[in-house]
Amino acid sequence: MTESPIKTAEQIENLKGLLTPIAEREPGPVLLCLQAVQTHYGYVPEGAVAVVAEVCNVTRADAHGVFSYYSDLRKTPPPLISVRLCAAEACQAVGGRALAAAWGEACAADPNLAGATGTDEPVFCLGNCALGPAALVNDQLIGNVSVEALKSAVAAAQNAAEASL
Amino acid sequence: MTVWFVPRDAAALSVGADAVAAALEARGEHVVRTGSRGLLWLEPLVERADSRDGTRVGWSNVQAGDLSEGVLSEAAANFLGIVEELDYLACQNRWIYERVGIIDPVDPDDYVSHGGMAGLQRALEMSPMSVVQAVTESGLRGRGGAGFPTGIKWQTVAEQAPVPHKGDPVDAPRHKYICVNADEGDSGTFADRMLMEGDPFCLLEGMAIAAHAVGADRGMIYLRSEYPAAIAVMSDAIEKARARGWLGESILGSSCNFDVTIRVGAGSYVCGEETAMLESLEGRRGTVRAKPPLPAIEGLFGTPTVINNVLTIASVPSILARGPEAYAELGQERSRGTQVFQLAGNIARGGIVEVAFGISAHELIFGLGQGTKSGKPLKAVQVGGPLGAYLTADALQVPMAYESLAAEGAMLGHGGLVVFDDSVDMAEQARFAMEFCVEESCGKCTPCRIGAVRGVEVIDDLLASDAPENAEQLLRDLCDVMTQGSLCAMGGLTPQPVLSALDQFPEDFKRVAVRVDVAAQGVVHE
Repeated sequence: MTESPIKTAEQIENLKGLLTPIAEREPGPVLLCLQAVQTHYGYVPEGAVAVVAEVCNVTRADAHGVFSYYSDLRKTPPPLISVRLCAAEACQAVGGRALAAAWGEACAADPNLAGATGTDEPVFCLGNCALGPAALVNDQLIGNVSVEALKSAVAAAQNAAEASL
Repeated sequence: MTVWFVPRDAAALSVGADAVAAALEARGEHVVRTGSRGLLWLEPLVERADSRDGTRVGWSNVQAGDLSEGVLSEAAANFLGIVEELDYLACQNRWIYERVGIIDPVDPDDYVSHGGMAGLQRALEMSPMSVVQAVTESGLRGRGGAGFPTGIKWQTVAEQAPVPHKGDPVDAPRHKYICVNADEGDSGTFADRMLMEGDPFCLLEGMAIAAHAVGADRGMIYLRSEYPAAIAVMSDAIEKARARGWLGESILGSSCNFDVTIRVGAGSYVCGEETAMLESLEGRRGTVRAKPPLPAIEGLFGTPTVINNVLTIASVPSILARGPEAYAELGQERSRGTQVFQLAGNIARGGIVEVAFGISAHELIFGLGQGTKSGKPLKAVQVGGPLGAYLTADALQVPMAYESLAAEGAMLGHGGLVVFDDSVDMAEQARFAMEFCVEESCGKCTPCRIGAVRGVEVIDDLLASDAPENAEQLLRDLCDVMTQGSLCAMGGLTPQPVLSALDQFPEDFKRVAVRVDVAAQGVVHE
């Protein structure tokens, strides 16, 4: 996915069409609108925050403040395959730190792996604390995870992505 | 017809439950998807109901490949026998979790035939104030960590008149809200998630009871984005509850009007703090509000608001159905009823244990949990999430209850216990507590925002210094400032894991090897 800012009048109108019903229906809609933008585009493109501000009747500064606060909201397109390792205590207790280091080495040694997965942020707790270490590959939660399990999950996700193209 | 049960809980899915269900269905078997029993080391745990009396027998750690030769056999090595007779389940006293793992979570008929809606029906026969009274008599306290008496909170909201949203004209519609905090960000806790995935109607029933008791017309569930499976199950359940008249206009034919929506979080830990959650629900940055005003008086959009944790609200239906006296008989001191403990981290038998307050951490970890998963000696247990204290192996006789843990300088939090074996480096854990605070501080209070950054630096200094006494004094002073000078638990309690590690495991802060290792790592999460 490549970056494409929201700048033409048509793009702005399309985005308003997506967001206006949310802003009219829901109280306190700024975060909801930003999440809707991300669901639609995969990230929050340049120019979208200004449209959210206008639709929600708040200042651009306020809308940008919300956008910049939440770690889920991205300003660049996501990697083709998102790999997020749990970095919290329960997974640390079963080798989470060593796994993260080994996964980093595996990606460094394999450009295809690094290219497909990018550098996603770690996540603090996936709620799978009795079956750690845990990881999220796209939307798939994996327990008792190893580098090998991550590699095969990435390969499966790649196949699924190619099949859907 | 033989009926098979395969969990759809995220933990079971994470070890292959979907493939097992698909393999059974491919063989023409009738499969019902359930929540998880909470015996997570056995997942995927597949059950089969006896065609005569419905007794369920189970098989542990089933993989799809096991089914290639035929269906599961009672002669197999992983055959468990009758699931409810397993020691881990037989010793439990399930109130909140009474249906989890048993029913199809999104089948309303299954819910009703297993005792669902009895609590709401009972509540609607009572006056709102009698419902508040019953909750007060049960002794129920907030399960999110703060432990505030639920009945008193409800009473405060019940006494307020509904008001228009802040900023709306005076003649705009007037509201009160029930907000459920499902932003379960503490590492080592997963009971909210499993309840929502395993018995979502129970949470909705509890919310409707609360709405009747305090006169609220709207409900919101603030559910973290890291739980996509829970979001899907809850959304499905809300639709079905509306179709049944369990939500919406005149619930179960009563005069109570109440509907529920879900709002999904966006990756901020501090939004689990109730006032930050309100800010986030209102669509703003999730920064903490100063109190007063209390949310019960001026909460979501300026209206009177009940904010309760998932487990608190989910306790209410069974309290009303079985009676507050029976609930209040359980537990000790001012910790009444049951607590859903979560055994996590390096533990042989991790999972959900719902029992009365007062069981010791030792019994939970060594009795039920059977010690560490690695088989190495246990070194530390973090109780109550990332802001909770680390306990040593010698301190585990402490009864698990609000008062007894507080007396040890620890806290119950959301009931999670994270076990570490002797390979853990407690200086690294102390440093992580500060790093986590750097990442997740909302930035409102200086002691938290800047103190956490300084905390990481000072711990590094302490580990690298030839005169660690000075750095240690600085760290203690810093922790004092954070504890005294922060509005919420993020800055206020981060010193708890740090100081407990420093006090209980001083040798870990003196090893040369640790110094080199930690200093070389730098700040990990940039």
